[in-house]
Amino acid sequence: MLVLLLRRAGLAIMVALSVSMLCFILSNVAVDPALALAGDSPTEADLQALRERYKLDRPLPERYAAYLARLVAGDLGTSQLTGEPVARMLADRIGVTASLALAAILLALAIALPAGVAAAANRGGWTDRVISFVVAVVQALPGFWAALLLIIAFGVKLRWLPISGSGTLAHFVLPTVALSLYALPALTRLTRSGMVQALDADYIRTARAMGLPARAILFKNALRNALLPVVSLGAVQFGFMLGGSIVIESIFAIHGIGYLAWQSMIRSDMPVIQAVVLMISLTYIVLTFLSDVLNTALDPRLKRGAA
Amino acid sequence: MKIRRLGFHAGLAILVLLALVAVFGPMLLPQDPFTQSLGQRLAQPFWHDRTLAAHPLGTDQLGRDYLARIVYGARISLAIGVAVVLVSGFIGITLGLIAGYAGGVADAIISFIINTRISMPIVLAALAIVSVTGNSLTMVILVLGLLLWDHFAVVARSAAMQLRRADYVTAARALGCSHLHILFREILPNIRGPLLVIATVEMAHAILVEAALSFLGLGVPAPFPSWGLMLSEAKSFMFFSPWLIALPGAALLLLVLGINLVGDGLRTRKEH
Repeated sequence: MLVLLLRRAGLAIMVALSVSMLCFILSNVAVDPALALAGDSPTEADLQALRERYKLDRPLPERYAAYLARLVAGDLGTSQLTGEPVARMLADRIGVTASLALAAILLALAIALPAGVAAAANRGGWTDRVISFVVAVVQALPGFWAALLLIIAFGVKLRWLPISGSGTLAHFVLPTVALSLYALPALTRLTRSGMVQALDADYIRTARAMGLPARAILFKNALRNALLPVVSLGAVQFGFMLGGSIVIESIFAIHGIGYLAWQSMIRSDMPVIQAVVLMISLTYIVLTFLSDVLNTALDPRLKRGAA
Repeated sequence: MKIRRLGFHAGLAILVLLALVAVFGPMLLPQDPFTQSLGQRLAQPFWHDRTLAAHPLGTDQLGRDYLARIVYGARISLAIGVAVVLVSGFIGITLGLIAGYAGGVADAIISFIINTRISMPIVLAALAIVSVTGNSLTMVILVLGLLLWDHFAVVARSAAMQLRRADYVTAARALGCSHLHILFREILPNIRGPLLVIATVEMAHAILVEAALSFLGLGVPAPFPSWGLMLSEAKSFMFFSPWLIALPGAALLLLVLGINLVGDGLRTRKEH
Protein backbone atom coordinates (compact mmCIF):
# COMPACT_ATOMS: atom_id res chain seq x y z
CA MET A 1 0.00 0.00 0.00
CA LEU A 2 2.76 2.41 0.99
CA VAL A 3 4.75 1.43 -2.11
CA LEU A 4 1.72 2.11 -4.29
CA LEU A 5 1.18 5.52 -2.70
CA LEU A 6 4.84 6.46 -3.04
CA ARG A 7 4.78 5.47 -6.69
CA ARG A 8 1.65 7.53 -7.30
CA ALA A 9 3.22 10.50 -5.50
CA GLY A 10 6.38 10.15 -7.57
CA LEU A 11 4.36 10.08 -10.76
CA ALA A 12 2.37 13.15 -9.67
CA ILE A 13 5.61 15.05 -9.00
CA MET A 14 7.01 14.08 -12.40
CA VAL A 15 3.82 15.23 -14.12
CA ALA A 16 3.97 18.50 -12.16
CA LEU A 17 7.56 19.01 -13.32
CA SER A 18 6.70 18.45 -16.95
CA VAL A 19 3.76 20.86 -16.66
CA SER A 20 6.14 23.45 -15.19
CA MET A 21 8.47 22.84 -18.12
CA LEU A 22 5.63 23.45 -20.57
CA CYS A 23 4.79 26.70 -18.77
CA PHE A 24 8.46 27.68 -18.93
CA ILE A 25 8.51 26.98 -22.67
CA LEU A 26 5.31 29.00 -23.10
CA SER A 27 6.65 32.04 -21.27
CA ASN A 28 10.35 31.93 -22.17
CA VAL A 29 10.75 30.16 -25.51
CA ALA A 30 7.50 30.80 -27.37
CA VAL A 31 7.74 34.52 -26.59
CA ASP A 32 10.86 36.58 -25.99
CA PRO A 33 10.62 37.70 -22.35
CA ALA A 34 13.02 40.60 -22.99
CA LEU A 35 10.68 42.00 -25.63
CA ALA A 36 7.84 41.84 -23.15
CA LEU A 37 9.89 43.49 -20.39
CA ALA A 38 11.07 46.31 -22.61
CA GLY A 39 7.72 47.86 -23.41
CA ASP A 40 7.19 50.01 -26.50
CA SER A 41 9.62 50.05 -29.44
CA PRO A 42 12.89 49.01 -27.76
CA THR A 43 16.23 49.17 -29.53
CA GLU A 44 18.43 46.10 -29.89
CA ALA A 45 20.77 47.59 -27.26
CA ASP A 46 17.90 47.93 -24.76
CA LEU A 47 16.98 44.30 -25.29
CA GLN A 48 20.58 43.20 -24.86
CA ALA A 49 20.84 45.12 -21.61
CA LEU A 50 17.63 43.57 -20.32
CA ARG A 51 18.78 40.10 -21.31
CA GLU A 52 21.98 40.56 -19.35
CA ARG A 53 20.25 42.08 -16.35
CA TYR A 54 17.65 39.31 -16.05
CA LYS A 55 20.12 36.56 -17.05
CA LEU A 56 18.09 35.82 -20.17
CA ASP A 57 21.29 35.29 -22.17
CA ARG A 58 22.04 32.11 -20.22
CA PRO A 59 21.41 28.63 -21.70
CA LEU A 60 17.82 27.37 -21.40
CA PRO A 61 18.43 24.51 -18.89
CA GLU A 62 20.09 26.99 -16.53
CA ARG A 63 17.19 29.42 -16.91
CA TYR A 64 14.68 26.60 -16.30
CA ALA A 65 16.54 25.65 -13.11
CA ALA A 66 16.41 29.28 -11.96
CA TYR A 67 12.68 29.40 -12.85
CA LEU A 68 12.03 26.27 -10.75
CA ALA A 69 14.04 27.68 -7.84
CA ARG A 70 11.97 30.89 -7.94
CA LEU A 71 8.75 28.81 -8.07
CA VAL A 72 9.74 26.81 -5.02
CA ALA A 73 10.50 30.05 -3.21
CA GLY A 74 6.97 31.24 -4.05
CA ASP A 75 8.09 33.84 -6.60
CA LEU A 76 5.83 33.61 -9.64
CA GLY A 77 7.24 36.72 -11.31
CA THR A 78 5.65 40.14 -11.76
CA SER A 79 2.85 41.27 -14.01
CA GLN A 80 4.00 43.18 -17.08
CA LEU A 81 1.00 45.45 -16.92
CA THR A 82 0.71 46.41 -13.27
CA GLY A 83 4.16 45.47 -11.95
CA GLU A 84 2.44 43.66 -9.09
CA PRO A 85 3.87 40.32 -7.89
CA VAL A 86 1.85 37.56 -9.59
CA ALA A 87 1.78 35.47 -6.42
CA ARG A 88 -0.08 38.24 -4.61
CA MET A 89 -2.51 38.79 -7.51
CA LEU A 90 -3.37 35.09 -7.40
CA ALA A 91 -3.65 35.00 -3.61
CA ASP A 92 -6.06 37.96 -3.70
CA ARG A 93 -8.37 36.22 -6.17
CA ILE A 94 -8.18 32.52 -5.37
CA GLY A 95 -10.78 32.78 -2.58
CA VAL A 96 -13.57 33.97 -4.88
CA THR A 97 -12.85 31.34 -7.53
CA ALA A 98 -12.46 28.50 -5.03
CA SER A 99 -15.75 29.32 -3.25
CA LEU A 100 -17.55 29.60 -6.60
CA ALA A 101 -16.17 26.23 -7.75
CA LEU A 102 -16.94 24.60 -4.40
CA ALA A 103 -20.52 25.90 -4.36
CA ALA A 104 -20.98 24.74 -7.95
CA ILE A 105 -19.64 21.24 -7.32
CA LEU A 106 -21.81 20.87 -4.20
CA LEU A 107 -24.88 21.99 -6.15
CA ALA A 108 -24.02 19.57 -8.96
CA LEU A 109 -23.66 16.70 -6.47
CA ALA A 110 -26.90 17.67 -4.73
CA ILE A 111 -28.73 17.27 -8.06
CA ALA A 112 -26.71 14.45 -9.62
CA LEU A 113 -26.89 12.01 -6.71
CA PRO A 114 -30.70 11.88 -6.32
CA ALA A 115 -31.18 11.98 -10.10
CA GLY A 116 -28.71 9.16 -10.68
CA VAL A 117 -30.22 7.04 -7.90
CA ALA A 118 -33.75 7.63 -9.20
CA ALA A 119 -32.71 6.71 -12.74
CA ALA A 120 -30.97 3.51 -11.61
CA ALA A 121 -33.84 2.47 -9.32
CA ASN A 122 -36.29 2.77 -12.24
CA ARG A 123 -33.94 1.44 -14.87
CA GLY A 124 -35.59 1.35 -18.29
CA GLY A 125 -38.68 3.14 -16.95
CA TRP A 126 -39.93 6.62 -17.76
CA THR A 127 -38.04 8.31 -14.90
CA ASP A 128 -34.83 6.84 -16.28
CA ARG A 129 -35.62 7.99 -19.81
CA VAL A 130 -36.55 11.51 -18.82
CA ILE A 131 -33.44 11.87 -16.68
CA SER A 132 -31.24 10.46 -19.46
CA PHE A 133 -32.73 12.90 -21.93
CA VAL A 134 -32.27 15.89 -19.63
CA VAL A 135 -28.67 14.82 -19.01
CA ALA A 136 -28.07 14.58 -22.77
CA VAL A 137 -29.46 18.09 -23.27
CA VAL A 138 -27.44 19.58 -20.40
CA GLN A 139 -24.33 17.92 -21.80
CA ALA A 140 -24.91 19.61 -25.15
CA LEU A 141 -25.64 22.97 -23.50
CA PRO A 142 -22.80 25.49 -23.95
CA GLY A 143 -22.08 26.76 -20.41
CA PHE A 144 -21.69 30.40 -21.44
CA TRP A 145 -24.96 30.33 -23.39
CA ALA A 146 -26.76 28.92 -20.35
CA ALA A 147 -25.23 31.75 -18.32
CA LEU A 148 -26.51 34.37 -20.77
CA LEU A 149 -30.00 32.80 -20.75
CA LEU A 150 -29.98 32.82 -16.95
CA ILE A 151 -29.06 36.51 -17.02
CA ILE A 152 -31.87 37.30 -19.46
CA ALA A 153 -34.45 35.26 -17.50
CA PHE A 154 -33.63 35.96 -13.85
CA GLY A 155 -31.70 39.21 -14.10
CA VAL A 156 -33.51 41.14 -16.81
CA LYS A 157 -37.05 39.76 -17.19
CA LEU A 158 -37.80 38.72 -13.61
CA ARG A 159 -35.26 41.04 -11.93
CA TRP A 160 -34.74 38.57 -9.09
CA LEU A 161 -30.97 38.42 -9.07
CA PRO A 162 -28.01 40.70 -9.81
CA ILE A 163 -26.21 39.87 -13.06
CA SER A 164 -22.74 41.28 -12.61
CA GLY A 165 -20.14 41.69 -9.89
CA SER A 166 -19.48 39.82 -6.65
CA GLY A 167 -20.63 42.12 -3.85
CA THR A 168 -23.23 39.98 -2.09
CA LEU A 169 -24.16 36.31 -1.83
CA ALA A 170 -26.99 36.89 -4.32
CA HIS A 171 -24.33 37.75 -6.91
CA PHE A 172 -23.09 34.18 -6.73
CA VAL A 173 -26.39 32.40 -7.39
CA LEU A 174 -26.47 32.60 -11.19
CA PRO A 175 -22.72 31.92 -11.67
CA THR A 176 -22.95 28.91 -9.34
CA VAL A 177 -25.87 27.45 -11.29
CA ALA A 178 -24.16 28.10 -14.63
CA LEU A 179 -20.89 26.55 -13.47
CA SER A 180 -22.56 23.51 -11.92
CA LEU A 181 -24.00 22.62 -15.34
CA TYR A 182 -20.47 21.70 -16.48
CA ALA A 183 -20.15 18.90 -13.92
CA LEU A 184 -23.77 17.75 -13.77
CA PRO A 185 -23.96 15.30 -16.73
CA ALA A 186 -20.83 13.31 -15.90
CA LEU A 187 -21.74 13.06 -12.20
CA THR A 188 -25.32 11.95 -12.92
CA ARG A 189 -24.21 9.33 -15.44
CA LEU A 190 -21.58 7.97 -13.08
CA THR A 191 -24.04 7.77 -10.18
CA ARG A 192 -26.53 5.95 -12.40
CA SER A 193 -24.04 3.42 -13.76
CA GLY A 194 -22.51 2.86 -10.31
CA MET A 195 -25.96 2.25 -8.83
CA VAL A 196 -26.95 -0.07 -11.67
CA GLN A 197 -23.79 -2.07 -11.10
CA ALA A 198 -24.29 -2.15 -7.33
CA LEU A 199 -27.95 -3.18 -7.63
CA ASP A 200 -26.92 -6.14 -9.81
CA ALA A 201 -24.38 -7.35 -7.25
CA ASP A 202 -24.83 -10.57 -5.28
CA TYR A 203 -24.98 -8.87 -1.89
CA ILE A 204 -28.01 -6.85 -3.02
CA ARG A 205 -29.75 -10.02 -4.14
CA THR A 206 -28.99 -11.52 -0.74
CA ALA A 207 -30.33 -8.42 1.01
CA ARG A 208 -33.50 -8.62 -1.08
CA ALA A 209 -33.89 -12.33 -0.37
CA MET A 210 -33.57 -11.60 3.33
CA GLY A 211 -36.52 -9.24 2.98
CA LEU A 212 -34.84 -5.90 3.65
CA PRO A 213 -37.04 -2.97 2.57
CA ALA A 214 -36.26 -1.68 -0.95
CA ARG A 215 -35.51 1.82 0.30
CA ALA A 216 -32.96 0.58 2.81
CA ILE A 217 -31.26 -1.52 0.15
CA LEU A 218 -31.13 1.41 -2.23
CA PHE A 219 -29.64 3.93 0.15
CA LYS A 220 -27.73 1.90 2.73
CA ASN A 221 -26.25 -0.89 0.65
CA ALA A 222 -26.16 0.18 -2.96
CA LEU A 223 -25.50 3.91 -2.69
CA ARG A 224 -22.62 3.44 -0.27
CA ASN A 225 -20.84 1.35 -2.87
CA ALA A 226 -21.68 3.62 -5.78
CA LEU A 227 -20.71 6.80 -3.93
CA LEU A 228 -16.93 6.43 -3.89
CA PRO A 229 -16.24 6.87 -7.63
CA VAL A 230 -18.72 9.76 -7.72
CA VAL A 231 -16.94 11.57 -4.90
CA SER A 232 -13.55 11.08 -6.49
CA LEU A 233 -14.86 12.28 -9.85
CA GLY A 234 -16.30 15.26 -7.97
CA ALA A 235 -12.84 16.07 -6.59
CA VAL A 236 -11.34 15.87 -10.06
CA GLN A 237 -14.16 17.96 -11.54
CA PHE A 238 -13.52 20.59 -8.87
CA GLY A 239 -10.04 21.08 -10.30
CA PHE A 240 -11.51 21.18 -13.78
CA MET A 241 -13.98 23.87 -12.69
CA LEU A 242 -11.18 26.20 -11.67
CA GLY A 243 -10.34 26.15 -15.37
CA GLY A 244 -13.96 26.24 -16.55
CA SER A 245 -14.78 29.25 -14.41
CA ILE A 246 -12.80 31.45 -16.83
CA VAL A 247 -15.85 31.73 -19.09
CA ILE A 248 -18.36 32.12 -16.27
CA GLU A 249 -16.28 34.72 -14.42
CA SER A 250 -15.85 36.77 -17.58
CA ILE A 251 -19.61 36.84 -18.16
CA PHE A 252 -20.58 37.77 -14.60
CA ALA A 253 -17.55 40.06 -14.06
CA ILE A 254 -16.48 38.13 -10.98
CA HIS A 255 -12.91 39.12 -10.24
CA GLY A 256 -11.42 35.72 -9.56
CA ILE A 257 -8.62 33.72 -11.15
CA GLY A 258 -10.60 33.07 -14.33
CA TYR A 259 -11.29 36.75 -14.94
CA LEU A 260 -7.65 37.56 -14.26
CA ALA A 261 -6.56 34.85 -16.71
CA TRP A 262 -8.89 36.15 -19.40
CA GLN A 263 -7.78 39.76 -19.00
CA SER A 264 -4.12 38.73 -19.05
CA MET A 265 -4.64 36.67 -22.19
CA ILE A 266 -6.30 39.50 -24.05
CA ARG A 267 -3.42 41.83 -23.11
CA SER A 268 -0.77 39.05 -23.43
CA ASP A 269 0.53 39.46 -19.89
CA MET A 270 2.62 36.30 -20.07
CA PRO A 271 3.90 36.05 -16.46
CA VAL A 272 0.30 35.99 -15.20
CA ILE A 273 -0.93 33.58 -17.90
CA GLN A 274 1.76 30.98 -17.23
CA ALA A 275 1.28 31.30 -13.47
CA VAL A 276 -2.47 30.67 -13.73
CA VAL A 277 -2.00 27.66 -16.04
CA LEU A 278 0.67 26.29 -13.73
CA MET A 279 -1.32 26.82 -10.55
CA ILE A 280 -4.56 25.33 -11.84
CA SER A 281 -2.74 22.34 -13.33
CA LEU A 282 -0.94 21.77 -10.03
CA THR A 283 -4.24 21.94 -8.13
CA TYR A 284 -5.66 19.41 -10.54
CA ILE A 285 -2.67 17.09 -10.09
CA VAL A 286 -2.94 17.30 -6.29
CA LEU A 287 -6.71 16.66 -6.37
CA THR A 288 -6.32 13.65 -8.67
CA PHE A 289 -3.62 12.29 -6.39
CA LEU A 290 -5.79 12.80 -3.30
CA SER A 291 -8.78 11.11 -4.90
CA ASP A 292 -6.49 8.20 -5.84
CA VAL A 293 -5.34 7.99 -2.23
CA LEU A 294 -8.94 8.15 -1.03
CA ASN A 295 -9.94 5.35 -3.40
CA THR A 296 -7.05 3.19 -2.27
CA ALA A 297 -7.65 3.87 1.40
CA LEU A 298 -11.36 3.11 1.22
CA ASP A 299 -11.34 0.13 -1.12
CA PRO A 300 -10.19 -3.00 0.71
CA ARG A 301 -9.70 -4.86 -2.60
CA LEU A 302 -7.10 -2.37 -3.83
CA LYS A 303 -5.35 -2.57 -0.48
CA ARG A 304 -5.00 -6.32 -0.66
CA GLY A 305 -3.98 -6.22 -4.31
CA ALA A 306 -1.14 -3.83 -3.57
CA ALA A 307 0.16 -5.61 -0.49
CA MET B 1 -34.49 -0.46 -26.34
CA LYS B 2 -36.72 1.17 -28.97
CA ILE B 3 -36.28 4.49 -27.22
CA ARG B 4 -32.49 4.24 -27.46
CA ARG B 5 -32.77 3.64 -31.19
CA LEU B 6 -35.10 6.60 -31.38
CA GLY B 7 -32.41 8.82 -29.85
CA PHE B 8 -29.82 7.49 -32.28
CA HIS B 9 -32.02 8.09 -35.32
CA ALA B 10 -33.07 11.54 -34.11
CA GLY B 11 -29.40 12.42 -33.59
CA LEU B 12 -28.49 11.10 -37.03
CA ALA B 13 -31.32 13.09 -38.61
CA ILE B 14 -30.14 16.29 -36.88
CA LEU B 15 -26.56 15.69 -38.02
CA VAL B 16 -27.47 14.93 -41.64
CA LEU B 17 -29.74 17.97 -41.76
CA LEU B 18 -27.12 20.31 -40.30
CA ALA B 19 -24.42 18.85 -42.56
CA LEU B 20 -26.60 19.53 -45.61
CA VAL B 21 -27.28 23.06 -44.34
CA ALA B 22 -23.57 23.61 -43.77
CA VAL B 23 -22.57 22.39 -47.23
CA PHE B 24 -25.36 23.75 -49.42
CA GLY B 25 -27.01 26.45 -47.28
CA PRO B 26 -24.60 29.31 -48.04
CA MET B 27 -24.99 28.68 -51.80
CA LEU B 28 -28.78 28.65 -51.69
CA LEU B 29 -29.35 31.73 -49.57
CA PRO B 30 -29.72 35.06 -51.37
CA GLN B 31 -28.04 36.97 -48.50
CA ASP B 32 -24.34 37.04 -47.75
CA PRO B 33 -23.19 36.61 -44.12
CA PHE B 34 -20.61 39.41 -44.38
CA THR B 35 -22.47 42.26 -46.10
CA GLN B 36 -23.16 45.06 -43.64
CA SER B 37 -26.10 47.37 -43.95
CA LEU B 38 -26.06 50.02 -41.27
CA GLY B 39 -29.54 51.24 -42.21
CA GLN B 40 -31.01 47.86 -41.26
CA ARG B 41 -29.36 47.20 -37.93
CA LEU B 42 -31.02 44.86 -35.41
CA ALA B 43 -34.07 44.02 -37.55
CA GLN B 44 -36.37 41.66 -35.69
CA PRO B 45 -36.96 37.99 -36.62
CA PHE B 46 -40.24 36.77 -38.18
CA TRP B 47 -42.08 36.09 -34.91
CA HIS B 48 -41.89 39.78 -33.95
CA ASP B 49 -43.97 42.63 -35.41
CA ARG B 50 -41.45 44.83 -37.17
CA THR B 51 -39.72 42.44 -39.55
CA LEU B 52 -38.10 42.83 -42.93
CA ALA B 53 -39.13 40.27 -45.54
CA ALA B 54 -35.54 39.96 -46.75
CA HIS B 55 -34.31 38.93 -43.27
CA PRO B 56 -36.51 36.16 -41.79
CA LEU B 57 -34.25 35.83 -38.72
CA GLY B 58 -33.52 39.54 -38.49
CA THR B 59 -30.16 41.25 -38.67
CA ASP B 60 -27.30 41.74 -36.20
CA GLN B 61 -25.77 44.91 -34.79
CA LEU B 62 -24.08 45.64 -38.14
CA GLY B 63 -27.15 44.86 -40.26
CA ARG B 64 -25.82 41.50 -41.48
CA ASP B 65 -28.47 38.87 -42.29
CA TYR B 66 -28.76 36.63 -39.22
CA LEU B 67 -30.05 33.57 -41.09
CA ALA B 68 -27.07 33.66 -43.45
CA ARG B 69 -24.68 34.02 -40.51
CA ILE B 70 -26.23 31.13 -38.58
CA VAL B 71 -26.14 28.91 -41.67
CA TYR B 72 -22.52 29.83 -42.38
CA GLY B 73 -21.77 29.22 -38.68
CA ALA B 74 -22.86 25.58 -39.10
CA ARG B 75 -20.13 25.26 -41.72
CA ILE B 76 -17.50 26.66 -39.34
CA SER B 77 -18.57 24.50 -36.39
CA LEU B 78 -18.75 21.29 -38.42
CA ALA B 79 -15.47 21.99 -40.20
CA ILE B 80 -13.77 22.54 -36.85
CA GLY B 81 -15.36 19.44 -35.32
CA VAL B 82 -14.29 17.18 -38.20
CA ALA B 83 -10.81 18.66 -38.63
CA VAL B 84 -10.01 18.55 -34.90
CA VAL B 85 -11.13 14.92 -34.65
CA LEU B 86 -8.95 14.00 -37.64
CA VAL B 87 -5.88 15.62 -36.05
CA SER B 88 -6.49 14.46 -32.49
CA GLY B 89 -7.64 11.00 -33.60
CA PHE B 90 -4.46 10.52 -35.60
CA ILE B 91 -2.23 11.58 -32.69
CA GLY B 92 -4.17 9.71 -30.00
CA ILE B 93 -4.72 6.46 -31.88
CA THR B 94 -1.10 6.26 -33.01
CA LEU B 95 0.26 6.91 -29.51
CA GLY B 96 -2.29 4.60 -27.87
CA LEU B 97 -1.71 1.69 -30.25
CA ILE B 98 2.07 1.92 -29.84
CA ALA B 99 1.80 2.11 -26.04
CA GLY B 100 -0.61 -0.82 -25.74
CA TYR B 101 1.10 -3.02 -28.31
CA ALA B 102 4.74 -2.41 -27.41
CA GLY B 103 4.30 -2.14 -23.63
CA GLY B 104 7.40 -1.62 -21.47
CA VAL B 105 9.30 1.65 -21.79
CA ALA B 106 7.24 2.94 -24.72
CA ASP B 107 4.06 2.40 -22.70
CA ALA B 108 5.54 4.12 -19.63
CA ILE B 109 6.60 7.17 -21.65
CA ILE B 110 3.33 7.48 -23.56
CA SER B 111 1.25 6.98 -20.41
CA PHE B 112 3.26 9.75 -18.79
CA ILE B 113 2.56 12.06 -21.72
CA ILE B 114 -1.15 11.22 -21.43
CA ASN B 115 -1.07 12.01 -17.69
CA THR B 116 0.63 15.34 -18.31
CA ARG B 117 -1.86 16.26 -21.00
CA ILE B 118 -4.84 15.38 -18.76
CA SER B 119 -3.54 17.55 -15.92
CA MET B 120 -3.91 20.74 -17.99
CA PRO B 121 -7.46 22.10 -18.35
CA ILE B 122 -8.40 22.27 -22.06
CA VAL B 123 -9.95 25.74 -22.24
CA LEU B 124 -7.20 27.35 -20.20
CA ALA B 125 -4.36 25.64 -22.09
CA ALA B 126 -5.94 26.43 -25.47
CA LEU B 127 -6.42 30.09 -24.50
CA ALA B 128 -2.84 30.38 -23.25
CA ILE B 129 -1.41 28.97 -26.48
CA VAL B 130 -3.66 31.04 -28.73
CA SER B 131 -2.78 34.20 -26.80
CA VAL B 132 0.86 33.59 -27.85
CA THR B 133 0.34 32.40 -31.42
CA GLY B 134 -2.53 34.68 -32.36
CA ASN B 135 -5.98 33.43 -33.31
CA SER B 136 -7.12 32.10 -36.66
CA LEU B 137 -9.30 29.24 -37.85
CA THR B 138 -6.26 27.06 -38.62
CA MET B 139 -4.67 27.85 -35.26
CA VAL B 140 -7.84 26.90 -33.37
CA ILE B 141 -7.99 23.56 -35.21
CA LEU B 142 -4.31 22.82 -34.58
CA VAL B 143 -4.40 23.77 -30.90
CA LEU B 144 -7.56 21.76 -30.19
CA GLY B 145 -6.22 18.83 -32.23
CA LEU B 146 -3.07 18.87 -30.13
CA LEU B 147 -5.09 18.99 -26.90
CA LEU B 148 -8.04 16.64 -27.41
CA TRP B 149 -6.25 13.35 -28.24
CA ASP B 150 -6.03 11.84 -24.74
CA HIS B 151 -9.33 9.92 -24.87
CA PHE B 152 -8.36 8.31 -28.17
CA ALA B 153 -4.99 7.33 -26.72
CA VAL B 154 -6.46 5.81 -23.55
CA VAL B 155 -9.01 3.72 -25.45
CA ALA B 156 -6.62 2.63 -28.21
CA ARG B 157 -3.99 1.72 -25.61
CA SER B 158 -6.22 -0.52 -23.51
CA ALA B 159 -7.73 -2.15 -26.60
CA ALA B 160 -4.31 -2.83 -28.14
CA MET B 161 -3.15 -4.23 -24.81
CA GLN B 162 -6.04 -6.72 -24.79
CA LEU B 163 -5.74 -7.68 -28.44
CA ARG B 164 -1.96 -8.09 -28.32
CA ARG B 165 -2.46 -11.70 -27.24
CA ALA B 166 -5.48 -12.42 -29.47
CA ASP B 167 -5.18 -15.50 -31.65
CA TYR B 168 -5.41 -13.63 -34.92
CA VAL B 169 -2.59 -11.33 -33.86
CA THR B 170 -0.41 -14.31 -32.95
CA ALA B 171 -1.34 -15.87 -36.29
CA ALA B 172 -0.41 -12.70 -38.16
CA ARG B 173 2.89 -12.57 -36.33
CA ALA B 174 3.58 -16.25 -37.13
CA LEU B 175 2.93 -15.43 -40.79
CA GLY B 176 5.70 -12.87 -40.55
CA CYS B 177 3.60 -9.70 -40.77
CA SER B 178 5.34 -6.48 -39.74
CA HIS B 179 4.36 -4.72 -36.51
CA LEU B 180 2.99 -1.85 -38.56
CA HIS B 181 0.74 -4.22 -40.49
CA ILE B 182 -0.48 -5.87 -37.29
CA LEU B 183 -1.20 -2.52 -35.62
CA PHE B 184 -3.06 -0.86 -38.45
CA ARG B 185 -4.47 -3.83 -40.38
CA GLU B 186 -5.25 -6.38 -37.65
CA ILE B 187 -5.84 -4.44 -34.42
CA LEU B 188 -7.18 -1.07 -35.60
CA PRO B 189 -10.16 -2.44 -37.59
CA ASN B 190 -11.26 -4.41 -34.54
CA ILE B 191 -11.48 -1.39 -32.26
CA ARG B 192 -13.29 0.85 -34.74
CA GLY B 193 -16.48 0.79 -32.64
CA PRO B 194 -15.14 2.28 -29.39
CA LEU B 195 -12.95 4.73 -31.31
CA LEU B 196 -15.96 5.95 -33.27
CA VAL B 197 -17.77 6.63 -29.99
CA ILE B 198 -14.75 8.65 -28.75
CA ALA B 199 -14.73 10.50 -32.07
CA THR B 200 -18.31 11.71 -31.45
CA VAL B 201 -17.46 12.74 -27.88
CA GLU B 202 -14.39 14.69 -28.97
CA MET B 203 -16.15 16.28 -31.92
CA ALA B 204 -18.83 17.64 -29.59
CA HIS B 205 -16.09 18.71 -27.17
CA ALA B 206 -14.13 20.50 -29.91
CA ILE B 207 -17.20 22.38 -31.12
CA LEU B 208 -18.07 23.54 -27.60
CA VAL B 209 -14.49 24.59 -26.78
CA GLU B 210 -14.17 26.48 -30.07
CA ALA B 211 -17.39 28.32 -29.24
CA ALA B 212 -16.02 29.18 -25.78
CA LEU B 213 -12.69 30.40 -27.22
CA SER B 214 -14.45 32.51 -29.84
CA PHE B 215 -16.81 33.83 -27.17
CA LEU B 216 -13.78 34.99 -25.16
CA GLY B 217 -12.35 36.69 -28.25
CA LEU B 218 -9.47 34.25 -28.71
CA GLY B 219 -10.96 31.76 -31.16
CA VAL B 220 -12.19 32.22 -34.71
CA PRO B 221 -11.56 35.90 -35.58
CA ALA B 222 -14.20 38.38 -36.80
CA PRO B 223 -15.91 38.78 -39.21
CA PHE B 224 -16.36 34.99 -39.48
CA PRO B 225 -19.79 34.02 -38.12
CA SER B 226 -18.66 31.43 -35.55
CA TRP B 227 -21.62 30.82 -33.26
CA GLY B 228 -19.47 31.53 -30.19
CA LEU B 229 -18.25 34.81 -31.66
CA MET B 230 -21.82 35.78 -32.62
CA LEU B 231 -22.87 35.24 -28.99
CA SER B 232 -20.02 37.40 -27.80
CA GLU B 233 -20.87 40.21 -30.24
CA ALA B 234 -24.55 40.03 -29.32
CA LYS B 235 -23.83 40.20 -25.58
CA SER B 236 -24.11 43.99 -25.41
CA PHE B 237 -27.50 43.90 -27.16
CA MET B 238 -29.03 41.00 -25.27
CA PHE B 239 -31.28 43.13 -23.08
CA PHE B 240 -33.28 44.54 -25.97
CA SER B 241 -32.61 41.95 -28.67
CA PRO B 242 -32.53 38.61 -26.84
CA TRP B 243 -33.01 36.62 -30.06
CA LEU B 244 -29.44 37.55 -31.00
CA ILE B 245 -28.41 35.37 -28.05
CA ALA B 246 -31.11 32.73 -28.41
CA LEU B 247 -30.49 31.73 -32.04
CA PRO B 248 -26.74 30.92 -32.23
CA GLY B 249 -26.87 29.19 -28.84
CA ALA B 250 -29.85 27.07 -29.89
CA ALA B 251 -28.03 26.12 -33.09
CA LEU B 252 -24.99 25.11 -31.05
CA LEU B 253 -27.15 23.09 -28.66
CA LEU B 254 -28.88 21.30 -31.55
CA LEU B 255 -25.63 20.35 -33.28
CA VAL B 256 -23.91 19.10 -30.12
CA LEU B 257 -27.06 17.26 -29.01
CA GLY B 258 -27.22 15.53 -32.40
CA ILE B 259 -23.60 14.42 -32.13
CA ASN B 260 -24.06 13.20 -28.55
CA LEU B 261 -27.23 11.24 -29.41
CA VAL B 262 -25.42 9.49 -32.24
CA GLY B 263 -22.53 8.74 -29.89
CA ASP B 264 -24.85 7.33 -27.21
CA GLY B 265 -26.60 5.21 -29.85
CA LEU B 266 -23.28 3.77 -31.04
CA ARG B 267 -22.25 3.09 -27.44
CA THR B 268 -25.41 1.17 -26.53
CA ARG B 269 -25.38 -0.78 -29.79
CA LYS B 270 -21.95 -2.00 -28.77
CA GLU B 271 -23.27 -3.17 -25.40
CA HIS B 272 -26.12 -5.25 -26.81
